[in-house]
Amino acid sequence: MREHVARVLSRLPLHLVLIGVALLWLTPSVGLWVSSFRPPDAVFRTGWWTVLTRPFDLSQYTLQNYREILTAQGMAMAFRNSLFITIPSTLIPIAIAAFAAYAFAWMEFPGRQALFVIVVGLLVVPLQMTLIPLLRVYNRLGLAGTYIGIWLAHTGYGLPFAVYLLRNFFGALPRDIFESAYLDGASELTAFLRLALPLSVPALASLAIFQFLWVWNDLLVALIYLGGTEQVAPLTLKLSSLINSLGQNWHLLTAAAFVSMALPLVVFFSLQRYFVRGILAGSVKG
Amino acid sequence: MRWKSRVAPWLYIGPTLLILGAYLVYPALSTLYLSFFDKRSDSFVGLENYRWVFTSSAMHIAFRNNLLWIVLFTGLTVSLGLVLAVMADRVRYESPVKSAIFLPMAISFVGAGVIWLFVYAFRPPDTPQIGLLNGVWAGLFHREPVGWLQNRATNNFALIAVGVWIWTGFCMVILSAAYKGIPRELLEAARVDGANEWQVFWKIIIPAMKPTLAVVTTTMIINVLKVFDIVYVMTNGNYDTEVIANRMYKEMFHFRHFGRASAIAIVLLLAIVPVMVVNIRRFQEQEALR
Repeated sequence: MREHVARVLSRLPLHLVLIGVALLWLTPSVGLWVSSFRPPDAVFRTGWWTVLTRPFDLSQYTLQNYREILTAQGMAMAFRNSLFITIPSTLIPIAIAAFAAYAFAWMEFPGRQALFVIVVGLLVVPLQMTLIPLLRVYNRLGLAGTYIGIWLAHTGYGLPFAVYLLRNFFGALPRDIFESAYLDGASELTAFLRLALPLSVPALASLAIFQFLWVWNDLLVALIYLGGTEQVAPLTLKLSSLINSLGQNWHLLTAAAFVSMALPLVVFFSLQRYFVRGILAGSVKG
Repeated sequence: MRWKSRVAPWLYIGPTLLILGAYLVYPALSTLYLSFFDKRSDSFVGLENYRWVFTSSAMHIAFRNNLLWIVLFTGLTVSLGLVLAVMADRVRYESPVKSAIFLPMAISFVGAGVIWLFVYAFRPPDTPQIGLLNGVWAGLFHREPVGWLQNRATNNFALIAVGVWIWTGFCMVILSAAYKGIPRELLEAARVDGANEWQVFWKIIIPAMKPTLAVVTTTMIINVLKVFDIVYVMTNGNYDTEVIANRMYKEMFHFRHFGRASAIAIVLLLAIVPVMVVNIRRFQEQEALR
């Protein structure tokens, strides 16, 4: 018994630090979340932490902030735009990368190694290197401010990582299964579509989540290629302009910020396992 | 058949090469070219833009701040990530603790910016403070409230804290996987031989995790060199908080000086090239083992 107490006591600092850090990490987000449900005058008069004295008194909360930012402030439209931007920007690069990754892993052709080394090198090229020339081309072709323009831009920026990750995964599949498939008369395409892809669902899922979160949370690419075009602006762009226009209207800003985070948080909590796997698979991204 | 097997690979990698060429290789070369031209890219100016990058006071502040970010941000995210990974491994509630710290990775930097603008919110003295930090500072410790993002003594640290809040979970997750990969017998053997926890940490855990620590550290350094969103959203580089990437955006969109903006991008790339070389080397070593 005494030993047990001593053991618990010796581990007490460990528990205190871990729980303390976890709470410290959560508190800023909790503050945002609580404030988004408080009426404006309460947000202005008192700190959000004052609700902790009577957290279950529901009369102190309201949904009015959400009503206002979704309609009057245009967050609902921005949410739709974000979906419109993110879904194709996730699917297109993965589809294109899967073919290339398969070729890099299992096909013989001159320059295979050299080309792949270039892809690995492109992983860390900063986006900033590409902005000015691409924007000029976009302006000339009328692609600036369009969905197609931003889908292709995210495809370009996402490809090196996608090819790298999938090629490593395909390359790790056992050689025998491909050889026996060829012996049975399967073509390259069949081997790719019927063997490599189905066996790589976990890797594809990790990649999809990664790219989805990356595009959904992107500000810079949207800022450059969509610029001031309100009709196509995603949540991040909308939110960053609200920071300037709403100023100290914290009840609205907090609600708007939470709307922009809702979907990534759902994705994160439901698919955390795949997200972590994607990160572990090597995540140096440009 | 032979013809087919020779053409097929190029059909598979063709679209990728085309897009990489158009979206990364061509623009990068074009940026290099533009960096030797004037504001509107009309006439050749030699190294004038680079001279400006290395001598202007605006860029000096940006370089200084990026250096501060590299040291503090990288140091804190990697060391905190490591310590938390090792500590969390010893408790039964490991996964909720890790989720809490990893959570900020899921949200955008803009969203994180709003969260922390609210934490740092500043009101004049004698009015109720609604920002958490001034709530604690003024309410609990009875000090003068501080404009954390305006005050030049605190603002860069306030911004770096946001970065650390976002990225520590990332480091922790990777380092935690590496830590769990160390054979338990190795740690037990050291403990049986009389090593205390401190010695086990420094003499066994750290050396065993060296490769992963190197990967995580380089990833963080690349992140920091390109840090943009946090600064753009929270201070836009005002009050001496400018960083390289934000300055490039300003040169490009506010001053429309494409020569200077391109030169900044090239300098950014040059800073990253060593990391790129290390990356390729590591990849080739892995390939040699395959």
